[in-house]
Amino acid sequence: MSHWLYLHMRAMGQALQRLAAQPLGSMLSVLVIGIALALPACGYLLLDNIARLAHGVSGAPEISIFLAMDAKQAVIDEVMERLRDDEVVKTVRFVSRDNALQELERSGLDDVVRALPENPLPDAFVVTVKGDDPALFGELSARVKRWRGVEHVQLDSEWVDRLHALLELAKTAVLALACLLAFALVVITFNTIRLQILTQRHEIEVSRLLGATDPFIRRPFYWFACLQGVLGGVAALVAVWIVIGVLQSPTETLAAAYGAIFTLRGPNGMEALALVGFAAFLGWLGSALSVRRHLTERLR
Amino acid sequence: MIVFEHVTKRYPGGYTALADVSFTLRHGELAVLCGHSGAGKSTLLKMIAAIERPTRGRVLINGQDVSRLKPSAVPYLRRSLGLVMQDNRLLHDRSVFDNVVLPLVITGHPPKEAARRAAAALERVGLAGRGNERPIGLSGGEQQRLAIARAIVNRPSILIADEPTAHLDNAYAVEISRLFKSFNAAGVTVLVTTHDAALFMTNRPRRIILDHGKLVVGDGA
Repeated sequence: MSHWLYLHMRAMGQALQRLAAQPLGSMLSVLVIGIALALPACGYLLLDNIARLAHGVSGAPEISIFLAMDAKQAVIDEVMERLRDDEVVKTVRFVSRDNALQELERSGLDDVVRALPENPLPDAFVVTVKGDDPALFGELSARVKRWRGVEHVQLDSEWVDRLHALLELAKTAVLALACLLAFALVVITFNTIRLQILTQRHEIEVSRLLGATDPFIRRPFYWFACLQGVLGGVAALVAVWIVIGVLQSPTETLAAAYGAIFTLRGPNGMEALALVGFAAFLGWLGSALSVRRHLTERLR
Repeated sequence: MIVFEHVTKRYPGGYTALADVSFTLRHGELAVLCGHSGAGKSTLLKMIAAIERPTRGRVLINGQDVSRLKPSAVPYLRRSLGLVMQDNRLLHDRSVFDNVVLPLVITGHPPKEAARRAAAALERVGLAGRGNERPIGLSGGEQQRLAIARAIVNRPSILIADEPTAHLDNAYAVEISRLFKSFNAAGVTVLVTTHDAALFMTNRPRRIILDHGKLVVGDGA
């Protein structure tokens, strides 16, 4: 075990020496990896922040059921009873046409209300539904529309659903971008290791003659790519934090203009770890493929 | 012990480097492998180190059939050999010490023990105190001695060298030949290819002479 650890520590030392031997080249490679990873990471965090904002604004989705203007008390009672008996419905709140008018007045439209010859608002029910499956809202809405005395059913969360759909689309786009950039990083690492194998051809051949095993020769290349990936991941984190820092103030100003308080969140500990780990994995994958392709031929 | 049993090596294209070569080199023997350029000397040494495989026949090193060795077992065979190649194969971007210590690093010796043995090997070939220099700063004879130090640092039971005295003036060549003879006196089996067998004659070594891939003199093979 200690021998295995010693060999890995030595390989890591060799990899660090190779990184340090070409500081400019190493820094440029790390920056390329960092920027490539920062793009999808920023996209992911931006979408997550928007989703958080949308969830906070929408709260529990509601359905408003408006009755006909001439609906009698018997119709109101019947609708109330049917809603209470419906297994999908979680809460029911009746808003009489008089209460609705008062709410309209309180919202700052008292001048408009006073100018009206009569109350134009119908009696209504505000319903919340168990669960958050959009299909339940649709089914309930379609069912209620057929009831006697019901004039109109409005799904108050429709815009949230549309936003969620848009967010899902954007998430898929970010995922596709992440996959493309990850592939690009694997290709970059593949080529970097290929060039290293070419420049160290003599050392590899000498080591083989002296009894070096395949893992002994491959290890420094794996470590080099992993370390480069880790440094690239850290660079990506720094870039993400810079972007979040730049956007923080304008976002807070925008939220304040709508009377809200909203702070952009950066990557948490697990997300930061996942980003760096993913970068290291991509480095390892690129080097493993390159070593398999270019070194095996030289080893025999 | 090195045993060649009816070994033939034919390269793609039809060139035959070795043809039905058989000989035995016993433990602790010193043998000089002679022949003209292209006689098959280097090919024969490469077969001992499993760099080349025979087309026919068997090569046995300490009882192990090298011709059937799995690729994963080849490094372990090479660790039991001391190899001095014709062009030395030194790493010129490393120090003298780093060159000598490399076989010990490969075999996983602890750093302190490796440093001690590398220093001893350098002393043995007369390069003590030159560890921090680069090989490029050494003379031809010193580079050859450095290659020998690297070959013996793992204390091999068999030492093979391909033209270790080529390109050296007579004084250096004599010095190098003395080194090989001293290793042999310490019990190491030594096989050296050379154009100048006279350098090793004081120890009355075995002579193995190749001519166009065929063994013409085996001295008791």
